[in-house]
Amino acid sequence: MFNTPIIDYNLLAPILIVLGGALLGVLVEAFIGKTYRARIQITIAMITVVIAFAWVIKIHKALSPVAAVASVSIDGMGLVLQGTVLALAFVALMFIAQDNHFAPVAAALPGSEEEAEATVSGTQMTEVYPLVLFAISGMMLFPIAHDLITLFVGLEVLSLPLYIITGLARRRRILSQEAALKYFLLGAYSSAFFVFGGAFLYGYSGSLSLATIRQTTITPGSNHIFLFIGMIFVTVGLLFKVGAVPFHAWTPDVYQGAPTAITGFMAACTKVAAFGALLRIYFVGFSGVANDWKPILTTIAIITMVGGSIAAIAQKDVKRTLAYSSITHAGFLLVGIVALNRAGLTAMLFYLVAYGFATLGAFGVVTLVQDSSGEVSDLNRWAGLAKKSPWVATAFSLFLLSFGGIPLTAGFIAKFSIFTAAYASGNIGIVVVGVISSAIALFFYLRVVLTLFFKEPTAESATVAVPSLMMKIGIGIAFAITLVLGVYPNLLFNLVQSLSNLLV
Amino acid sequence: MNILTATILLPLLGTLVLAVTPKGNSQLAKIIALISSVVTTAVSVLMALRYHSSQSGFQFVESHSWFKAFNINYAVGIDGLALVLILLTTVLVPVVIVGGWNESENGRWSVKTFYMLILALETSMIAVFAATDVFLFYVIFEAMLIPVYFLIGGFGRGERAAAALKFLLYSLFGGLLMLAAVIGIFIISSKQGTGTFDVTALSHMKISHSTQNWLFLGFFIAFAIKAPLFPFHTWLPGAAASATPGTSILVLGVLDKVGTYGMIRFCLVLFPQATKTFAPYIIVLSLISIIYGAFLAIGQKNLNSLIAFTSISHFGFIVLGIFSLTTQGISGATLYMVNHGVSTAALFLAGGWMIARRQSTQVDDFGGLQRVTPVMAWCFFIAGLSALALPGLSSFVSEFLVLLGTFTRYPLAAIIGTLGIVLAALYVLILVQRALHGPVKSGNEGLSDLNVREKIAIAPVIAALVFLGFYPKPALTVINPMTSTVMAQASVTDPTPLAGK
Repeated sequence: MFNTPIIDYNLLAPILIVLGGALLGVLVEAFIGKTYRARIQITIAMITVVIAFAWVIKIHKALSPVAAVASVSIDGMGLVLQGTVLALAFVALMFIAQDNHFAPVAAALPGSEEEAEATVSGTQMTEVYPLVLFAISGMMLFPIAHDLITLFVGLEVLSLPLYIITGLARRRRILSQEAALKYFLLGAYSSAFFVFGGAFLYGYSGSLSLATIRQTTITPGSNHIFLFIGMIFVTVGLLFKVGAVPFHAWTPDVYQGAPTAITGFMAACTKVAAFGALLRIYFVGFSGVANDWKPILTTIAIITMVGGSIAAIAQKDVKRTLAYSSITHAGFLLVGIVALNRAGLTAMLFYLVAYGFATLGAFGVVTLVQDSSGEVSDLNRWAGLAKKSPWVATAFSLFLLSFGGIPLTAGFIAKFSIFTAAYASGNIGIVVVGVISSAIALFFYLRVVLTLFFKEPTAESATVAVPSLMMKIGIGIAFAITLVLGVYPNLLFNLVQSLSNLLV
Repeated sequence: MNILTATILLPLLGTLVLAVTPKGNSQLAKIIALISSVVTTAVSVLMALRYHSSQSGFQFVESHSWFKAFNINYAVGIDGLALVLILLTTVLVPVVIVGGWNESENGRWSVKTFYMLILALETSMIAVFAATDVFLFYVIFEAMLIPVYFLIGGFGRGERAAAALKFLLYSLFGGLLMLAAVIGIFIISSKQGTGTFDVTALSHMKISHSTQNWLFLGFFIAFAIKAPLFPFHTWLPGAAASATPGTSILVLGVLDKVGTYGMIRFCLVLFPQATKTFAPYIIVLSLISIIYGAFLAIGQKNLNSLIAFTSISHFGFIVLGIFSLTTQGISGATLYMVNHGVSTAALFLAGGWMIARRQSTQVDDFGGLQRVTPVMAWCFFIAGLSALALPGLSSFVSEFLVLLGTFTRYPLAAIIGTLGIVLAALYVLILVQRALHGPVKSGNEGLSDLNVREKIAIAPVIAALVFLGFYPKPALTVINPMTSTVMAQASVTDPTPLAGK
């Protein structure tokens, strides 16, 4: 017996388009001379993302469990997350497209003659663009994957390009390479955990499909020991990716070492994809045994929220501060998973958009703050930035206020809706911890605002580089979305709410 | 759009106009700000004239859907409580603008920015009193802190950045606790039917006693920080010492009233059982505030901080009146909010002028001002007398009502509270003696008296102090129906007088 596999190319098209764009980029790399290469690569990458996004919109009402032999489920949640990844990637590409982020030749030793030569000749690492597109395709596969193998493939496809790009920073190259190595090693461990857990789950249920795993969990008489071992290992693997405490240690180092535009891309898009996968695993695969994992995830959410915000207070580097802030947000997002209701799902989808754009915008601003030798991320040297560049300072402050959940920003609506979902599920304790850690987190966000606005600039103070048009548009988009979704959340919330369905 | 919404939006319109005016022309910015605030005052007075004081419930009601998924509305409406506080706001803002005509010039940013912040603050202060949707109230309650943060940090003196941060962190922390309670009340309402944030609908809800206690605390702590009530008051002296006089007037005179306003509007009405549970403890806290604030004021050498500490004492009286849960107590407390706003404005105005002339905030640097600058000294003196609740000045009526109301339920508390009046006399008269009387201290000889602009600014304030002192009826006519409604919603009745038995 041999059945023809059913593959619905229409529903898979967004991922295929991005993969196609990436392959085209590889060809360009091979055949186009370096004079035009960069421009062509940027154009291909951005057009690819736009077409894929348009396709996602076209099929946004689709619901299909069998688009690719039941290994992916196309549903509202998956499509919203794919759209979010693409929208965020579009803005991220605007930041990445600045020519001064990446080492001219990654293979050259830092400080070597070879590097100097490459710098003089104006060589650029245009491989970055296809790599980013490959990462995006992985990020799009991850939240729709419906079996453990597809999940693993998604995880690897999104991670491998990021390991490489992390090591490509133009300045402070040693730090960047160290970050890449750390990221790679810890990422490899987390993949190993994930696969190990997957093996146990297969042993437990005899299948890799999340639906079958769920069926087995609610069938009486199955051996739950294997389930728990598998669940714990899979969870650890994914919590590494979202940077939840105690699996967060890589985050500050990697965020600090990576080229800043890439950090923004990673912080925003990886989190969307990884939370998509977590959502599906817990809402589908493990929903039958919710009472067993809820206490564990509740604990992790609590220590992540509290730990992230407390650790952030001591930071003196803007990029590290933002890294800890992203850890804190991972905690808030976990609150939505623990709520395990539709309101929680909706809230998380909205939260990821709000958080993603604010994160991108914030890292975009970081790329602009420079001195003669490049970016400056030492917070003390940001003193009085508002004096010379009020708009940049205002934009950065808005992003921070949104992180802090101040009303009239998107972050507030996101936090409000996620806490409401948690409260509705009866988990009031986590809401109280959530608001208290929000208060702690506010301390360091406001400290940065204070540094920007109320400190006098010193001789050491960095200046803001004149932003290119692309940078302006990119930061402008992030600014507008953060503000508009805060003042008039209906625009996105109603859409997300109508699409927050999940195929079991 | 009704007249209430118009009142809310007018200052915001001023902000927008200011945003497009050129930066260099500071005179133009001041005039635009003044015009927009005076127009707002006029419109709000017009609204007050059309207000039917005999009706209970909200008037000038308007509602538009804002955030559908959670049934959140832009819902506004005013009762007597909101009306008097809105009038206080719209009257004080022009006074602040005229009185502190030049205080915006030595700031970190342009004059234009200062007035944009002031007008944005005015819009949010009016809106916060007008909001009848709990979520809308919360959003404005938090958002209004941002202009104050920049006003203190950008235009203040001394340790202004630290003071601004402290103010903001305290308030936001309280606000976040309140957010948890706001979410809680929404979930409870959705379990009992449709989820809503409408304050009237919520007041009909049945909530179990233990849940009420928690939600009450969430709201109350936020309001106690704002009010500021002992032991949540520690942000205030720093903020008052660093802010410009105008900002201080708006923060202490109006913004902090949001705390005591919220206690009546939300704590009493939404959580009646919890209110009764906690009332005795809150009475104790308010008595501590009265006495402790007064003692701190007596020992204080910095003029701004001194005024701030007297406010802690006065806020103690307001909270005492509210949680006495008697008609006189609540009416008195509401009237007290208005009177305290006016008398604080007078104190900070006159005090601010003294400080600006002498270039010092230390009480000991003044002395003999009565001879050098008689008009300024008289203004400060009258403001001081109002602060000590001299009969004939407005604060007397409200303080009397508060103590009367308290006495019928908690006689001992009223007696201790009376001690606050004695201490008030002490701190005011010591201050007056040191700063205004005695020989003219060196450095004070050349001080100039009030100019015409300053006289114009303080005249309405002094007039209000005297008018409301002799004839508080117009205010009480508006306030009393609100008090009966609140008493009914909180299901409390006045205790029967002992003598009548």
